[in-house]
Amino acid sequence: MELLLFDGFNGLIQGAFYALMALGLSLIISLNSIINFAHGGFMVIGAYLAFTLEPYIGFWGALFAGPILAGFLGILVERTLIRYMYGRSDPVYSLLLTFGLALIIEDVVRSIWGAQGVPFVIPGALGSPVSTVYFFLTGYRLFVIAAIALAAGALFAFLRLSRFGIRIRAGILDLETVSALGVNVYLLRSVNFAIGTLLAGFAGVLAAGILELVPTMGNDVIMATFVAIVVGGLGSLFGSVLGGLLIGLAAGVTSAYYPVASDVVIYIIMAVVLIVRPRGLLGQEGLFE
Amino acid sequence: MSRRLYVNGAIWLALLAVPLWLPLIGGYEALASRVLIYALGAMALNLLLGFTGCMSFGQAAYFGLGGYGTGLALTHLTNSTVVAVIAGTILGGAAGFVLGPLVMRRRGIYFAMITVAIGQIFYFIAERWNSFTGGEDGLAGFSRQPIHFGFATVPLNGLAFYYFVLFFFALGAGAIAVLLHSPLGHTFVAIRENRRRAQFLGIHIERYVWASFAIAGVIAGLAGALNALQNNFISPANLYWVESGNFVIMAVLGGMRNFWGPLVGAIIFIGIQDYVSSYFPNNWQTFIGGLFIVAVIFFPSGILGIVRQRTTAA
Repeated sequence: MELLLFDGFNGLIQGAFYALMALGLSLIISLNSIINFAHGGFMVIGAYLAFTLEPYIGFWGALFAGPILAGFLGILVERTLIRYMYGRSDPVYSLLLTFGLALIIEDVVRSIWGAQGVPFVIPGALGSPVSTVYFFLTGYRLFVIAAIALAAGALFAFLRLSRFGIRIRAGILDLETVSALGVNVYLLRSVNFAIGTLLAGFAGVLAAGILELVPTMGNDVIMATFVAIVVGGLGSLFGSVLGGLLIGLAAGVTSAYYPVASDVVIYIIMAVVLIVRPRGLLGQEGLFE
Repeated sequence: MSRRLYVNGAIWLALLAVPLWLPLIGGYEALASRVLIYALGAMALNLLLGFTGCMSFGQAAYFGLGGYGTGLALTHLTNSTVVAVIAGTILGGAAGFVLGPLVMRRRGIYFAMITVAIGQIFYFIAERWNSFTGGEDGLAGFSRQPIHFGFATVPLNGLAFYYFVLFFFALGAGAIAVLLHSPLGHTFVAIRENRRRAQFLGIHIERYVWASFAIAGVIAGLAGALNALQNNFISPANLYWVESGNFVIMAVLGGMRNFWGPLVGAIIFIGIQDYVSSYFPNNWQTFIGGLFIVAVIFFPSGILGIVRQRTTAA
């Protein structure tokens, strides 16, 4: 029972990471129609930038600086490369371009910071265990869950309440009409892409406190992120969160009962969902086919 | 029509004469074998991607299965290299045939995702099933055996192995060529061009996608079998989605609407991997990725796509 609680809680944390990554990627897929394979790359860059800046600006500074820099990098990439993909009728080209980009990011990160893992230091107050009653739990893990919930809540509030957020949601439904109504959709797409990469960077910094930083850490996460989105349903932001939490929990619970299968279970879930409910749990029909 | 004949003839002659010209540009036999192996794998993918219009992002699964089939056959079952190749090919093809019904209804990005999912399932099985597949360390301990003809025994080393690979490459590529000129191949292209119209014409789209997927599995299995023999080793990395992505890069870079596109892409990919990594051991990915980005932005129809445009315009 304790093992199940421990693994289940770890699964929940993992699921929260996937949900945060999936939220950003889902925004980019829905509005920009870009299948962003480099999303894991932005996560890694955000984490490494935070690692580099931490000695100068401390943990809390790095927690914000890393994601913001990842967001700026997102704008830069969107303006120089991604924009060529907007006219293409087939979203597969964007997948190909960002796949190349992901290769470059991994390579650059390895050149700058080395292939060996580097540790990201978290404040002592967060690193200490808060409870050993049912299972071992550090404050940092609770903090991660709270931070992700806060970020997701802030995003949903932004999309519901701010004029810009409402325009993003309108653009997801019909970008052409939004453009015809006089909204600057170039800006809309750039900022939206940046929000997505910022969320990825935030996930990276938070993950850095739990895992060791390695240049390839994006590879496994990006696939799990796609799994979360497909399970939740393409085009549904809430579905992405649901999908992320679901596969994280499933992986956690599986590692309590049958550890060998803990990595493969999310792909089995995705395959089953795609066979039984092709549009995912909350997806809309007709997108990206 | 006759121009195509000359081009094809020239390509096959060049492949046959590799020992004559490859050393002049600093290549070696194992490199040429690797190019052919990956070209065959990319051609298998391209049957789906370029000619049926289905974005498979899990072709490494059948490539890797072919490798494991061959390795396991040599370890447990047989001493014959040819039988082992056939075993690997059948394993890859059987997997494609059995899994085809799961993927044939999906389109676009969903097709890519379900093929990835299936590929990753095989990857994790190979990585975790230590006792059977060697787990994370991969499967070693088998080696390619000499081939016995009636009159002589040929050890498969160096040049002999290159011709061994070329023989099977010719079989696989020839099969794809014959297929593409058959009614079946024309149906694949019709599905790529306009799925809905093909459906109106009474074509059972799903059955044909299934057929394409199964055939791509056979060819990828064959390529994987040869790959396992070349290295005398097969690792789970050959099943990982990044390897699938490499096949996609090769097909798109060379030109996915072209029969020879994957070969051109494989020459560039393996060439860069080999040459650049000897000068910049850690940065060859940047060269590949950069080239790939340039290709996707400026010439999405690939290198052979440009060549074709130039020659038809002139």
